[in-house]
Amino acid sequence: MTTFIEYMVAALILLGALFALIGSIGLVKLPDFFRRLHGPTKATTLGVGGMILGSVLFFTAVERTFQFQEFLVSLFLFITAPASAYIIAKAALHLKVQYDAEYIESEAAAKEEQQDQNLS
Amino acid sequence: MLDKVVLIASVMLAIALLLNLYRLVKGPSLPDRILALDTMYINTIALIVLLGVSQRSLIFFEAAMLIAMMGFVGTIAISKYILRGDIIE
Amino acid sequence: MTHEERQKQHEQASELPKKKKWLPHPVLSVVMVLIWLSLNNASMGHLVLGIFLSLGIPYLVQDFWPTAVRVHRPFKLCMYLLLVLVDICKANFIVAVQILGPNKKLNAKFFEVELDVKNDFTIAMLAGTITLTPGTVSSELSTDKKRLLVHALNVDDVEQAAADIKHRYERPLKEIFEC
Repeated sequence: MTTFIEYMVAALILLGALFALIGSIGLVKLPDFFRRLHGPTKATTLGVGGMILGSVLFFTAVERTFQFQEFLVSLFLFITAPASAYIIAKAALHLKVQYDAEYIESEAAAKEEQQDQNLS
Repeated sequence: MLDKVVLIASVMLAIALLLNLYRLVKGPSLPDRILALDTMYINTIALIVLLGVSQRSLIFFEAAMLIAMMGFVGTIAISKYILRGDIIE
Repeated sequence: MTHEERQKQHEQASELPKKKKWLPHPVLSVVMVLIWLSLNNASMGHLVLGIFLSLGIPYLVQDFWPTAVRVHRPFKLCMYLLLVLVDICKANFIVAVQILGPNKKLNAKFFEVELDVKNDFTIAMLAGTITLTPGTVSSELSTDKKRLLVHALNVDDVEQAAADIKHRYERPLKEIFEC
């Protein structure tokens, strides 16, 4: 393994770990639930993505053949992360977790209106 | 050099996991806790990939894949339970 | 693959409603074979097993997923995926700075995007793209599938942000999957 590739792998791994850490800091630091929701999407995309890219580069250099299986983990996370973020947000809206009060009222009014229309 | 980098990165991920644990224990609302659990799964995947690099073995990739699947199914199941009061309808 | 293609042509020629198709999702089947081969060692035996599974599973579950996904412009799809990847990388750095900065500066808001796309799969693609680009999370789809509720971490002009999403992501998706 050449030094250049070693530096690349090190940089990618550090980048991934840094973004995972920043995502978790956001999870603790931000004030309300919907702002906290933005932390994990970062950790998934560039955090795990960068780390897996580094790992693929490392194994490709060590084994001298292209080892791309690990991209499947990244692909799977890219497909599932929006689904889980969406359903958690939906659960939070269902439980009426605290957020902008204006929106709650307008949406509740709209829903009642729709129900009235359905009834009549 | 790579060994040191892996060590630093795993310390960073361990701190991230502790922060998630704090949110999991304290989280004022239920969705906060689910979110913390989901983030813990993702950080664990990163940690396992890192372990694979430090042990120079490709076997850990399958463990990472399995944890990704279990984490996804778990998150969906808990959220679904909150939404409907039932998991399988 | 030639066998599959022949079967696909045969399938399109004799399309009857309410009848179980032998190859309901051609694109899905090809992707399944490729993923199976990269999960295992690429050998002849795994190729046969992968083809068997990728024909059998879509056949058994086709009642749950009635409309097949059709990619009209494969090249444009690749360009779109590249665009999204670049956007994810750019936006990640911006959001990292915003998270580490003071909380008071964050102007978080909900806003709605009026959807032009009708297909379920296209809406799912759009919602996924919005969530994956850091800074915005799609959080609810209205029951009539016409409006998507998006939460943004830091946005000043709500209408500008909604127009950006429509112009940048929705229009290419509509061209790729629906035209």
